[in-house]
Amino acid sequence: MAAIPDEPPAAPDLLEARGLAKHFGPVVALRSADLGVRAGEIHALMGANGAGKSTLVKILTGALVADGGTITLGGRQRAFRSTSEARRAGLICVYQDPSLLPDLTVMQNLTLTATPVRKFRHYLNELGLTGFDLQAMPRELARPTLSLLELARALAIEPQLLLLDEITASLPADLTVRVFNVARHVRDEGRSVIFISHRLAEVAALCDRATVLRDGRTVGVVEPAQGGEERIVKLMLGPVAEEVAAEAASPSAPAVGPVAVEVHDLKLGMLGGVSFSLRYGEVLGVAALEGQGQQELFESLAGVRTPESGQIMVGGKARTFHHPADAIRAGLVLIPADRLQSLLRQRSVRENIALPLVNRLSRWGVINPRREKRRVAKAIKRLQIDTRAQSEVRRLSGGNQQKVGIARWLASGFKVLLCFDPTRGIDIGTKRQIYGLVKELAASGSAVLLFTSELPEIQLACNRVIVLFGGQLVDEMPAAEADEQALLRAAHGLHSEEEAEKQMQEGA
Amino acid sequence: MATAEATAPAPRPAGVNVGRAVRRYGWTAAVYVLFAILMVATVVIKPDYGPFEWNTLTLAALPLAFAAAAQTAIVLSGGIDLSIGPLMALANVLSLHATLGHDLAYSLAAAAVVLLVVTIAGALNGAIIVVTRVPDIVITLATSFIWAGVALLVLARPTPGIPLDFQNLAQGSAVSPWVPNALLLLFVIPLLWVPLRRSRAGLSIYAVGSDRNAAFRSGVDLGWTRVLAYAVGGFFAACGGLALSMTTGVGTPLAGTLYTLSAVSAIVLGGVSLAGGRGGMLGPVAAAYILSLIPAVLIYLGIDPNYGQMIQGVLIVLVVMIGGIGAVLRRT
Amino acid sequence: MSARVATTLRVVQQRSILVLIGLLVALAALIEIIRPGAVNASWVSNILEFAAPLGILAAGQTLVVITGGIDLSVANVATAAAYIMASQVPHGVVRAIVLGLLVGVVVGMINGIGVAVFRVQPLIMTLAMGLVVTGSLNVYGQSDRARGVPVVPEVIHTLGSGTVLGYVPVSLFLWGALAVLLIVGLRGTGFGRLLYALGDNPEATRLAGVRGWQVLLANYTACGLLSAVAGLVLAGTVNAADLGLATILLLPSVAAVVIGGTSIFGGSGSYSGTFVGALILTVLNSVLTLLDVPDAVKQVLYGAIIVLLAAVYTRVLGRD
Repeated sequence: MAAIPDEPPAAPDLLEARGLAKHFGPVVALRSADLGVRAGEIHALMGANGAGKSTLVKILTGALVADGGTITLGGRQRAFRSTSEARRAGLICVYQDPSLLPDLTVMQNLTLTATPVRKFRHYLNELGLTGFDLQAMPRELARPTLSLLELARALAIEPQLLLLDEITASLPADLTVRVFNVARHVRDEGRSVIFISHRLAEVAALCDRATVLRDGRTVGVVEPAQGGEERIVKLMLGPVAEEVAAEAASPSAPAVGPVAVEVHDLKLGMLGGVSFSLRYGEVLGVAALEGQGQQELFESLAGVRTPESGQIMVGGKARTFHHPADAIRAGLVLIPADRLQSLLRQRSVRENIALPLVNRLSRWGVINPRREKRRVAKAIKRLQIDTRAQSEVRRLSGGNQQKVGIARWLASGFKVLLCFDPTRGIDIGTKRQIYGLVKELAASGSAVLLFTSELPEIQLACNRVIVLFGGQLVDEMPAAEADEQALLRAAHGLHSEEEAEKQMQEGA
Repeated sequence: MATAEATAPAPRPAGVNVGRAVRRYGWTAAVYVLFAILMVATVVIKPDYGPFEWNTLTLAALPLAFAAAAQTAIVLSGGIDLSIGPLMALANVLSLHATLGHDLAYSLAAAAVVLLVVTIAGALNGAIIVVTRVPDIVITLATSFIWAGVALLVLARPTPGIPLDFQNLAQGSAVSPWVPNALLLLFVIPLLWVPLRRSRAGLSIYAVGSDRNAAFRSGVDLGWTRVLAYAVGGFFAACGGLALSMTTGVGTPLAGTLYTLSAVSAIVLGGVSLAGGRGGMLGPVAAAYILSLIPAVLIYLGIDPNYGQMIQGVLIVLVVMIGGIGAVLRRT
Repeated sequence: MSARVATTLRVVQQRSILVLIGLLVALAALIEIIRPGAVNASWVSNILEFAAPLGILAAGQTLVVITGGIDLSVANVATAAAYIMASQVPHGVVRAIVLGLLVGVVVGMINGIGVAVFRVQPLIMTLAMGLVVTGSLNVYGQSDRARGVPVVPEVIHTLGSGTVLGYVPVSLFLWGALAVLLIVGLRGTGFGRLLYALGDNPEATRLAGVRGWQVLLANYTACGLLSAVAGLVLAGTVNAADLGLATILLLPSVAAVVIGGTSIFGGSGSYSGTFVGALILTVLNSVLTLLDVPDAVKQVLYGAIIVLLAAVYTRVLGRD
């Protein structure tokens, strides 16, 4: 499966990684990753969430040490034990979450990393930040600015190989264009860039070749420019997903019940006035690119944050949630994407599942162990949680951890399940189980609101889809029409294919 | 990518930025204003406040100021040291042993050795924390027993005998009655700290306390930097111990006990974030003066100076709450 | 690492209390070797008597540390409770004891309000409250001197240093009862679960619908009350109540918790560990006394042993 096609025996690669592997306890992050980057090329690294991209990047930059495999840079075999070592060898990464120190001024950050100030200025100008005040502190700066500063700092060292890890995720379109231009300059000078992005259009516009990872393995190297996108998507999804997609293509007609939750003109931060209703017995999908207000939507429904304005009606009654406890009482429960956000890592599976059973002052007293055990065991069985390492939740695999987070609400009961990207970084088998469960729950009368960052998966679980863009609800469609193409267009705020093409070109 | 609104960050004008200055130096300025108000109040309460009283204050504040500086260096790196007081006591009793019956030149040389020894003791705190990976608070709690025990081994009971010449280094006022030596001795702090802050090593201390992950990515050696912070802390604690010797003339094995917690009070009041990475030396030093002034003011007012501890406690809680409210307001 | 070593480690990790008891027995054996015949019923009785106040003080500390906090005011509270109790005896013993306990409740509650409602870091809040308590107590002590020397009432004296059947200290009954209550309560009640939950992950606990401030407020109040109880028992043990009564127990109260295997970061641990931890510290003291080691060396060894134990916990038994 890991055969590498499309690779002409050209000039020796600048970077050659073979068979890199890494596991964290029981979780295998990287099985066997290969990556070859030529001098003077922009090389994309693609893969679904949890495919092992970030682990691979960390190994390449010395932030992690691989369990197996080799890295050759400029013909010499290397094994970096720290980021500074990788740096000296000419390999620098610009991360998605900026790593400028928040409490040092930009100038001090430069001093700390021994960055030449004049070159930094030069690249800053090239990125459009002329006359920037170096005495500013990163803590006080906006996210896009930080990304540009970090990029300029990396460029100032003029590395042989520059890694851009999801750098465009936090950038508006005009800044993305500038970043692309700079990346091309780097290539034209004979140096190389590894570009990591979820956005196919960006990859197609910018990159010469793309390496695709799936489940911790390299599954192919593709030239994205001439219609390669299709192949990339196929490689990323893999045969299993296709099979699942085929299976889900004919969703059974849902038996939709009365309205569970009605949202009127809800506003909070990025979320600028959204209205929709969710019925019992249905799975309502939310499709959106990163940061379009979906986080705020889920957080206000779950009582994590109080909306600025607008109304949430549950079962026909207007509710105000000041605390998750309020939402839980009304029957709305949240499953966050980040399992670390919802689990007690040092505590047992049982305590984690039973946590909502003691969440009120009136339940502070003695616990009936038999009753608790029964309820917990039932939830464990239903979700098929692997309890071999149940004494501490952190010993479980990511998929099992997420199941524990769901089992908690099965044990305590709920009416409306709010799933915020519940399958982020989870293996395909567990994904199927979770989507199966979600459908089952809806079929048995619950209401489910589901956001997933992986658009192709929406069709697997949902009956209906709403699309958020720029904090607004821009589209609504039945699941049958919500294929990836349609969702991608809608999620980009586009309505016709031609327009989409045009935008992608402009982005380039 | 139709996020078409151009959100390019506007170029900022270089030069004075008032809002930023307030954010960065506001707290420190407020601490100095508070101190000034307290001083004015003191003079109002005690119209004959003169160089003698001022000298007494500087003498009382000197050891605490050093203790606060020591704690600041460590807290900035994201740690905390509960053994500052015992380290001061160790320096204090060592200096008595070393200087007893000697002339000034010899005493100074002995003091240098004491500084070195206690700096190493401080570094040892840091090294144990880094090597064992046990939380700072646990290790320094344990080493506070160790250093206190060592101090007791050096000297079993309070013993006078610090040479007068050596005492006069702090007690006199060579320049003017209003500029006592004890005030001038504070310049030891910037003498070490200012160059350090400008160097990569000093920036690393802030970096480690500010965001350990980002510091690691910036190529900072986390272990060595933390040891360095504890060594700097040890050095200032040693200065504090020597200050005790000079201001009291006595070697007291239990002298430091109170200073550990008072130093934490001073840094909190001085605007150093206990989470690390934020703050400087100016605030805590002024806070040390404020904390030393309160009991004096109470005495001038004819109030039981025991109220001083109460006031200190209430002050700290208030200050932290105000800081907390400020942080909340800034977020929204 | 071979599978067998790993399994052994896992067993030790889960049964660290056995290791602690082993250590305790080893220390006792050491005493017996140094001075044959020293370990007898009256020695055990003495150890239990002296360990009880520390054990109770460390009980409150355990509760707070499990939630990821620390209480630096326990010793001040214990001292204040004992002193106020002793000075109020002329107005009636019951009233005196109730007032003493009330000191703990009130200070604990203020700590709780600061930490839970105003989100002050526990270290700062309790440090500051410790100063306030000690300052107030000193003021109280000065003003009260006229009303007579503080007396430890007979009940408290018996509680602190009386024995039943010749050897069983009375304080053991109180300490034992509190220990059972805490061990069972932490495991088997909703409140106990929430303490671990808050210490492990406050955000997750909030998402599960728990209003954390209620839990923390109750917890700090309980810690204050336990500190006050410890103060009264201590006053009974030494048969005196002065303004510095419990000061020396602050650091040992944290040390007993740490030795007992409760993580200073919160989320794990138990009172059974702290119980044995308090005993270990007391026996250690006894060993050093028996060796005729000067106080200074005693302190050094004391500190070194805490470092060693903490290091063993973190490195050998440590997770990840």
